[in-house]
Amino acid sequence: MSEGAEEGELRALACDARETVVRAVATARGGHLGGPLSAVDALVVLYFRVLRIRPEEPTWPERDRFVLSKGHSSVALYAVMALRGYFPLEEVMTFDAIDSRLQGHPDMTMLPGLDMSTGSLGLGFSAAVGIALGASLRGSSFTTFVMVGDGECNEGTVWEGAHVARRYRLDNLVAVVDENGLQQFGWRDPATGRRARPYEAAELADRWRAFGWRVLEVDGHDLRALTAVLRESRARTGAPTVVVAHTVKGKGVSFMEDDFSWHSRVPTADELACALEEIDVARRALERAR
Amino acid sequence: MRVVGPPLRQVLGETLSELAGRDTRIVVLDGDVGSSTGGAAVETAHPGRYLQAGIAEQNMVAMAAGLATVGFVPFVTTFACFAVARALDSIRVLVAQPGLPVTIVGGYAGLLTGMTGKTHQIFNDVAVMRSLARMTVVAPADQIEARQAVERLAALDGPAYIQITREPSPAIFDEDYHFELGRAVVLRDGDDLVLVSTGVQTTRVVEAAELLAARGVSAAVLHCPTVKPIDEDALVEAALGVGLVVTVEEQSVLGGLGGAVAEVLADKAPVPVKRLGIQDCYGESGPNEALLEKYRLSAARVADDVERVFSTIRTRKGPAAARSRG
Repeated sequence: MSEGAEEGELRALACDARETVVRAVATARGGHLGGPLSAVDALVVLYFRVLRIRPEEPTWPERDRFVLSKGHSSVALYAVMALRGYFPLEEVMTFDAIDSRLQGHPDMTMLPGLDMSTGSLGLGFSAAVGIALGASLRGSSFTTFVMVGDGECNEGTVWEGAHVARRYRLDNLVAVVDENGLQQFGWRDPATGRRARPYEAAELADRWRAFGWRVLEVDGHDLRALTAVLRESRARTGAPTVVVAHTVKGKGVSFMEDDFSWHSRVPTADELACALEEIDVARRALERAR
Repeated sequence: MRVVGPPLRQVLGETLSELAGRDTRIVVLDGDVGSSTGGAAVETAHPGRYLQAGIAEQNMVAMAAGLATVGFVPFVTTFACFAVARALDSIRVLVAQPGLPVTIVGGYAGLLTGMTGKTHQIFNDVAVMRSLARMTVVAPADQIEARQAVERLAALDGPAYIQITREPSPAIFDEDYHFELGRAVVLRDGDDLVLVSTGVQTTRVVEAAELLAARGVSAAVLHCPTVKPIDEDALVEAALGVGLVVTVEEQSVLGGLGGAVAEVLADKAPVPVKRLGIQDCYGESGPNEALLEKYRLSAARVADDVERVFSTIRTRKGPAAARSRG
């Protein structure tokens, strides 16, 4: 497959995932949208191009591990896992329903394929440090990927773990920061009256660099660039790697983009129709281009 | 006086070192207090399996959970106060909820924390940990029991918390003793009342029972090394034989062993229960003996308090009840 065709396939998958995310949250009448939509593209690239996994054997011991530390974006992970073949796509519509395996925040005791239960921010990251340390002690060659939010980087455990990962030279650990520029509410920017970014321009990358991590940056919605950078992130360099993915919260649905209020809002029927229409337009444009 | 043995923290270090030698899945995480908790022995014996995690307890417990998911059996070692109070969310979300086989070792448990005072003393660690679903909570009384409890928890497929104390303390069990998780042990029979205790406080309670006997009060002693799951059958059996149960613990009287016992007996064998222990307050620094006196945990103070409670109950029941005891 040509690079262009590969990218087209990923973009189509991302459209499918976004549609599934929006439908699932609307069906559940709960959950989150902004964060899942910013994370979808990186998740698609990870699950379809980067992670060494066996969806038909989710507990394969030598699989790469993936921890969604920003657990409130679970619905995006479920959509991508379903598309990848872990379970039927229809099951994503049980998201957040009583007795569903697809809990509001990922629950590893209910859904095979989840490498850690997450939801209390900052802790999944620290658990991933433990997983990577375990792999290193065992001599296992798998890579541990963990996705954190930029707001999540407020949590002290992220930096506790970043320090320890560097101490143990865990170059089998890759953190992906979904830097979508907004947190649930965050600080008010006195100059604009809008919500301020969790971290200013280069602040986040600088922090990781200061903790001794190898820092890669990427446009988190450029699927070709994401593929290249996330593949590169696996390289063993003697230091843990962070990929700072610059993203847009609510990406893919114009009226949700860059608006903190869509962090966990449920769309009305009209909003749902508009959102699905936008995603469909994007998908049809892709099909024409192919 | 009983023979004072090595502190349980020393036993912890020795036992974990032995376990690590036998089982390559055992790893010990340290929150920068290995030279205090006894964990340092493992670094000497098996440096590759001693994982220094620095002064960062939440991260340390979360790392232990991650290690457990890839087949390790982690023991997290720090002081009880930091393990439980600082890292509680890591314990709740990453250890207890997923049911991972991580043992949290609460070192410097109880009142005697080496002259450090209230910041380093936690009296509700048992109460907090036993309120977490899936959590096993153990407080061994002496060296023999501590060794067996640590060995047993290493084989447990689930989360656990164990209190380990700092100071040298008496030996009460011999080598024939067999620790069984979830089982209480009758250390002494008695007709008037039952003293229920846990942890090293049991060593003082045994001594208190001897003092009481000399004063004409016949007190049984039931030791509960496992506070969760508590041995309900043993409690009910012990309570049915007498008219008074007194719990004694080196913990707050709110929600710890006393709470567990009161819950069981209220449901299954209602008898008067009196809870002795540290009142609803914080601790302070001071020499061990002075602390045990002030907080009324020494054998003498326990005996005094039990005797007072017993005479109150006896008076309330009237002379007929007292006579019927024979």
